[in-house]
Amino acid sequence: MSDKPLTVYEDMKSKGYSRRDFIKFCGMMAAFIGVASTGVSKVVKALESKSRMPVVWFHFQECTCCSESFIRSSHPMVADILLDNISLDYTQTLQAPAGYQAEKSLQDVMKNFKGQYLMLVEGSIPTGDDGVYCCIAGKSAIDIVKEAAKDAKAVIAWGNCASHGCVQGAKPNPTGAQPVHKVISGVPLINVPGCPPIAEVMAGVIVHLLAFDRIPQLDGLKRPKEFYSRRVHDTCYRRPNYDAGLFVQTFDDENAKRGYCLYKMGCRGPVTYNACAVIKWNNGVSYPIQSGHGCIGCSEANFWDNGPFYQHLASFPGFGIETTADKIGVVAGIATAAGIAAHAITTNIRKGKEIKEEIKESDHSQKEDNV
Amino acid sequence: MTQTNKRIYVWELPVRFTHWVNALCVVTLAVTGYMIGRPIAFQSGAEASFSYWFGTIRFVHFTAAFIFFFSFVFRIYWGFVGNQYAKWNTFLPLKKEQWVGMLRVLKIDVLLMKSRPLKTIGHNSLASLSYFIAFLAFLFQCITGFGMYSAMSDAFFPQLFRWIVPLMGSDFAVRQWHHIFMWVFVIFTIIHVYLVFYHDYVEGRGTISSMAGGWKFIEEESPDK
Ligand code: HEM
Ligand code: SF4
Repeated sequence: MSDKPLTVYEDMKSKGYSRRDFIKFCGMMAAFIGVASTGVSKVVKALESKSRMPVVWFHFQECTCCSESFIRSSHPMVADILLDNISLDYTQTLQAPAGYQAEKSLQDVMKNFKGQYLMLVEGSIPTGDDGVYCCIAGKSAIDIVKEAAKDAKAVIAWGNCASHGCVQGAKPNPTGAQPVHKVISGVPLINVPGCPPIAEVMAGVIVHLLAFDRIPQLDGLKRPKEFYSRRVHDTCYRRPNYDAGLFVQTFDDENAKRGYCLYKMGCRGPVTYNACAVIKWNNGVSYPIQSGHGCIGCSEANFWDNGPFYQHLASFPGFGIETTADKIGVVAGIATAAGIAAHAITTNIRKGKEIKEEIKESDHSQKEDNV
Repeated sequence: MTQTNKRIYVWELPVRFTHWVNALCVVTLAVTGYMIGRPIAFQSGAEASFSYWFGTIRFVHFTAAFIFFFSFVFRIYWGFVGNQYAKWNTFLPLKKEQWVGMLRVLKIDVLLMKSRPLKTIGHNSLASLSYFIAFLAFLFQCITGFGMYSAMSDAFFPQLFRWIVPLMGSDFAVRQWHHIFMWVFVIFTIIHVYLVFYHDYVEGRGTISSMAGGWKFIEEESPDK
């Protein structure tokens, strides 16, 4: 590494990208993070002048699909530029060094760039049994996260694992897997949920940090609003069918062929915040609903526990898998009606005499009044 | 000794009015809500642009929701300025006599252990408690409902309820619980309507009509001339 860190643009140039490619990339990223066209120059200037940001990327309980998504982003430069230019100093799956050298580079970043480095976390953190379920270089994931977060400029939690716990955190959660925000505090944190998150979304968040030097606006669940403020349902191209009440009933029916709404097939679009229907996947080719399958809500907390995926309501905890709240409601309703019938009959038996007496009394007093 | 009936004005107009607005809204909300959760699928080959029935159902749900909410708020206000039968503290079992009353209602009206009917003028203590629980369920439906609604609206008001989503974890959880609570209303309504008929039948004080005209009739023992 040279003494004076290259700027993003310099680094791109050295990799053979033209000025035109660079401006295109800036324009695309500016559009994704939602800055007006007048703001593009700001992004350009930032990437031209700012040197690379030191980054450490951790992998804990995960499947690497976040990394996979990121390096396969539609725009070749996203991965190229960002992976190189954010100067990824430590990442278990992609780095060249191993063993002692790898751990040393992590220590170096934490020492030399105190308060300046960006910490990216992929995967949840097991907290059960003192964190023994995930250890790297003799340290538990919790200890690593806490140590690294202490001096980080900001933390980005990649994917559902790091944001919500994903499948490891699903019931019964044997390892006590927790999302990053449950383990650390006191550092700005951004959740970028999804299983995996969309590559362009990941890149957009990083570019935002690079260009504006501050974290994007977040919602109540710490998700960047620029990508997670709308539900899949709000931008879904099948939405007119939803409003018109045209629903697919089974995956092989006529309505499925017509492209009707997948609501009754358990589509989680109405309760899922993500940019799938806008940015789409694989270079904008498609997204699950466009391919005929409902959204499974992979960017939402507990989506594994909200199954089965092919029905609208989750099964009721503690009852059979297929029991929805509606079935239980009907049973409770019938039980109530039966209770009422029993009560009404008993009332007539126990209070009938009394009521008859009162009727007699009333007849009596009526006669008296007439006299 | 003969018995004469005395008329007592129990339910003031705002109480009766909000009662029926709430009744209408709850039925509408439960029916439209159920349909939102489990829409009927018409197997039509129509183009989406020709119909909007599901959108309309949701519109009715949201409209009823707003009316319901404000009627509910108004009723709470009336609990502070209304007469003794409408007062907020009749709904909270804070006094010892209310607990004693509940035990008596339980013995006489629920378990039918004694035959003398227990006669109260306003709500009996047990009924009051059940209304208080219904109030909490109303509140829960409003919070979860407007919490979900905030995703579809930029209006200021629903945003006030947004906090419920992070609290419950996700919109899915909010929706699931909102759906489950519909059944609380179904069951509440069944029991409530039955008990009104029961009291009217056993006590003969005009319980049913009292919510229309406001009057109940209580017996007075008057000395013979
Ligand atoms: C007695 C009161 C209410 C009952 C019984 C009720 C019932 C329901 C039910 C059963 C659903 C379907 C849930 C599902 O998707 O499975 C629903 C949806 C919904 N309700 Fe309510 N609700 C009530 C009050 C409210 C209120 C006060 C609001 C406030 C705005 C509200 C807003 C909503 C919203 C936004 C949805 C989701 C609709 C959609 O996304 O299309 N509800 N309701
Ligand atoms: S397919 Fe899913 S996301 Fe699309 S309109 Fe239907 S319910 Fe909404």
